[in-house]
Amino acid sequence: MNQSDFLKVVLPFKDKVFRLAKRLLVSTEEAEDATQELFFKLWRSKDKITNYKNVEAFAMTMTKNYCYDRLKSKQANNLTLVHSNYKEKETSLDKKMEYQDSVNQVHQLIQNLPEQQKIIIQLRDVEQYDFEEICKMVDMKPTAVRVALSRARKSIREALIKKHNYGVS
Amino acid sequence: MELANIEKLVEKYLDAETTLQEETTLRNYFKEGNVAPHLQEYASMFNYFNTTKDETYTRTIKLEPKQSKKRNYKWLSVAASIMLLLSVFIGKNEYDRYKAKQTYAQITKGLQLLSENLKKGENAVAQLYINESKVNNALK
Repeated sequence: MNQSDFLKVVLPFKDKVFRLAKRLLVSTEEAEDATQELFFKLWRSKDKITNYKNVEAFAMTMTKNYCYDRLKSKQANNLTLVHSNYKEKETSLDKKMEYQDSVNQVHQLIQNLPEQQKIIIQLRDVEQYDFEEICKMVDMKPTAVRVALSRARKSIREALIKKHNYGVS
Repeated sequence: MELANIEKLVEKYLDAETTLQEETTLRNYFKEGNVAPHLQEYASMFNYFNTTKDETYTRTIKLEPKQSKKRNYKWLSVAASIMLLLSVFIGKNEYDRYKAKQTYAQITKGLQLLSENLKKGENAVAQLYINESKVNNALK
């Protein structure tokens, strides 16, 4: 497998890896470093890659594990993660104005979820993987994934309703 | 899409029982903007999911910066070994020349000593001749 073959396999999901890393590591820079490091690792084990049926799922699992490690070492070093500005990509301007507030709220709410729910909601609702793939990526049973996802969705919704009601009254 | 249907889907969505297709239906419904007031909070959720998906990794992926480092070390070692060889070679040359100079100096010194002593001998012999001629004159 040469370099261009490798990139052909790997490039389609680089954004997904990056977004998952960012979901877990919060800061854009950390996520970029993590993505870079991950593709290194994949490149180094490129001979093994051909044996995997689903390279993408394998990469996502690696991303998850790598980010966990990063987070652990961060905690050990007593460094706190800083939330760098969340940038919303250009939608049309009026729409942007309308949504931005609630969109940022949702971002914050997801950030407050437990790690596992964070990952699952990222994989399902943002990246739209099917359950089978998610089970492989996070190494969990389908029912457990569904329970976690349902909890995550419900808690986001409830928090949003709460905020909404506060805003009204 | 009629509202009752959407409401049903939303229920299923909360229980994580929707299929990907049904979720796409929901996504599209909330994207259109004609959202019933009591479903407003879902709109922010789905819109957030949509916008996040637009975020991309903008840096280029570098696959082997470590190899270039390795190559540098290789060249460095080649250069170092050449330098070492060269310096040994030059050093040897220089040492030989120094040795030669030393032996030359020794030989010159030796020869000088020899010539000085020879001169002494010559003088002595000359004196001898003078003395001999003096003696001969006196005997005559």
